[in-house]
Amino acid sequence: MPARKFVNSDIPDFSQQAHIDKVGVEERVSRFQKRSIKNESKLQGLKMILNMIDLTTLEGKDTPGKVKQMCYKAAHLHDAHPGLPTVAAVCVYPAMVATAKKAVEGSDVKVASVSTAFPSGQAPRKVKLDDTKFAVDNGADEIDMVISRGKFLEGDYNFVFDEIAAIKEACGNARLKVILETGELVTLDNVRRASDIALYAGADFIKTSTGKIQPAATMQVTYTMLEAIRDYKLKTGIQVGMKPAGGISNSKLALHYLVMVKETLGEEWLTNEWFRFGASSLANDVLMQILKTETGVYQSSDYFSID
Amino acid sequence: MAKKKSNQIKWDYASAPESTGHIQLKDRYDLFIGGKWVKPSSGKYFDSINPANKKVIAKVAHANGSDVDKAVKAARKAYDEIWSRISPAERAKYIYRIARLMQERARELAVIESLDAGKVIRESRDVDVPLACNHFFYYAGWADKLEYAFPNRRVEPLGVAGQIIPWNFPLLMAAWKIAPALAAGNTIVLKPAETTSLTALKLAEIIKDSGLPDGVVNIVTGFGDTGAEIVNHKDINKIAFTGSTAVGKIIQKATAGTGKKLTLELGGKSANIIMDDAPLDQAVEGIINGIFFNQGHVCCAGSRLFVQENVADIVIEKLKHRMKSLIIGDPLDKNTDIGAINSKEQLDTINKYIKIGLKEGAEMYQTPCDLPKGGYYCAPTLFTGMSQSSVIVQEEIFGPVLTIQTFRTVDEVIQKANNTPYGLAAGVWTDKGSRIFNLTTKLKAGVIWANTYNKFDPTSPFGGYKESGYGREGGLHGLEAYVKLK
Repeated sequence: MPARKFVNSDIPDFSQQAHIDKVGVEERVSRFQKRSIKNESKLQGLKMILNMIDLTTLEGKDTPGKVKQMCYKAAHLHDAHPGLPTVAAVCVYPAMVATAKKAVEGSDVKVASVSTAFPSGQAPRKVKLDDTKFAVDNGADEIDMVISRGKFLEGDYNFVFDEIAAIKEACGNARLKVILETGELVTLDNVRRASDIALYAGADFIKTSTGKIQPAATMQVTYTMLEAIRDYKLKTGIQVGMKPAGGISNSKLALHYLVMVKETLGEEWLTNEWFRFGASSLANDVLMQILKTETGVYQSSDYFSID
Repeated sequence: MAKKKSNQIKWDYASAPESTGHIQLKDRYDLFIGGKWVKPSSGKYFDSINPANKKVIAKVAHANGSDVDKAVKAARKAYDEIWSRISPAERAKYIYRIARLMQERARELAVIESLDAGKVIRESRDVDVPLACNHFFYYAGWADKLEYAFPNRRVEPLGVAGQIIPWNFPLLMAAWKIAPALAAGNTIVLKPAETTSLTALKLAEIIKDSGLPDGVVNIVTGFGDTGAEIVNHKDINKIAFTGSTAVGKIIQKATAGTGKKLTLELGGKSANIIMDDAPLDQAVEGIINGIFFNQGHVCCAGSRLFVQENVADIVIEKLKHRMKSLIIGDPLDKNTDIGAINSKEQLDTINKYIKIGLKEGAEMYQTPCDLPKGGYYCAPTLFTGMSQSSVIVQEEIFGPVLTIQTFRTVDEVIQKANNTPYGLAAGVWTDKGSRIFNLTTKLKAGVIWANTYNKFDPTSPFGGYKESGYGREGGLHGLEAYVKLK
């Protein structure tokens, strides 16, 4: 990654209240949902969405068998229909990284690993660092860490900042996604403040949720985070990615997210290098929509594999 | 993970035009007098033009003095013989029926409004038409409850109301005028603006279908001369005018001493004030909505932006960034944000002011975009580094042109915001409740929005201070303009 250009005095005072007006955010978000995406724009958008998905399995009952099957799907979304992209990455627990890495070998699919005592993050820093190093050593291309929400809500912003910076260092060449778990931060002011902390501490991506807490990603929360990314870019010149995760299960909603990214950040964010969807069931809905757009008819869900 | 230059993606929205196949428009419209379509006595018709492509949509009758006289006589007859005599609950039924019929034809009304006025379909569909319906619904509710609206007073209608409306919200302004007048028991002669007569004429069809007794609402089309015939007609009891301050002054002179009751809703140069503790990103949306809504053809547009100096740079940077995502184009495309300027005349006015701004040495920023060919279009425009003494800060432009000034303290911005002959609206953006109350009590404007802009509701009164006019429309206050209280 490029060297950070800002100096310490550029780092905002995180104890200052962020000012986000929820009513205004809702109004802006409803405008994205009124964009009409049709024909060739829809098809292009759907293919971009497929290519931005982090296909995810994060369960206590995950096994190498399950992970291998998902990895195959990641690289072979629907072979009956040639010309489709692969997803961006598979997202698994650290214990599954080696299996996943082997399974996606030779494809463009990257391996992302959650870490730092995902999903609660309630572990000593040493454990979190070890967790991260283990995943990186096993070949993870990307690390999805969780912030310490307890410390954040206590007001210990320096702790949260330092922890992210330490994990970033442990990541080495792996790209770091910082999960804010916005469902536990509750207010948009908090979401904005946590976004700023993560951005200035060195995140390569900021991510809404673990998927384990409701509500997960919403357009309001994602919009607030996109604004933070835009302001960070304006101030430092550094581009950071965004990953909404959880709750985005249909194509129409995913297209609205793309509209939001395009209009808030610009088209340079519309690749899987800078935007991801964390989702497990979105891919098949997008596949069905692509085939509907191209053939004019809906196909039975039985034709789409469920790995 | 070296810095990789990814291939630049281009993702545009395919065109998504609203279809026009479902609308019904005649080639030629006559005058709606006494419940019938009547040819203009002069035999003259004028063209109604689609400002997005300059094509003629329909021909519209040009009413002269004798046509207006016919309309007033029809209104007087309907007032004396029916409308002042039937029970208020009966009146309500008709008004509700008009509201429902408008809802049923909402799509057609929205498309015609966009065709005729150049406004984007998203706004006519989501704002103009639903709000117009809601005005009828709201005032229908008051028709049989007038003694509760004005407790301990005896409430009587005025008689025949002459109403002259502008071209920026053609159907909505017709609703603002017609609904309270009918609810209070008056009959009406209404004149739409010459560039946008069509939705008022569609409303005439709806009124006819509603079975409203003949002559209760009469719609005469034409230019300023037709309006003057209404203003000067001896048998009219009330004039309601929405339009420019210049014409408002003429009307006020003409009606002085005639006993005609008068309400005027005129121009504005409203201040939109951004304090340093405001939710800045939402404030930027409010700025956009305040000045670019309806191409800036809004009397209460937030056309004078005041930004506190310590956040001015960042606000202007965000504003320019946001303006890049505005889509300027075909008003009928569902994705268009900024449509066509209403008429050539108005485009010339706007361009004249842009020239003045440049001559005054102001720094201009316009959205980088290709304006559509073949219609009347103007790119969203900002002027920064402005001062109170600039002409473009003082005069109403009525287009997508924003002037930006900075300020240091609350007292300073109150003084500057009030330092104008107008006083229609203002916006205040701050996270501090006490500051909102302080500013709203000290700003001399009829409508003040806090942390939002350009929000309208039938229950809320609307009107101006100073040269922005007098009298209120909407809400309980809007009824008062159409009743005699004893």
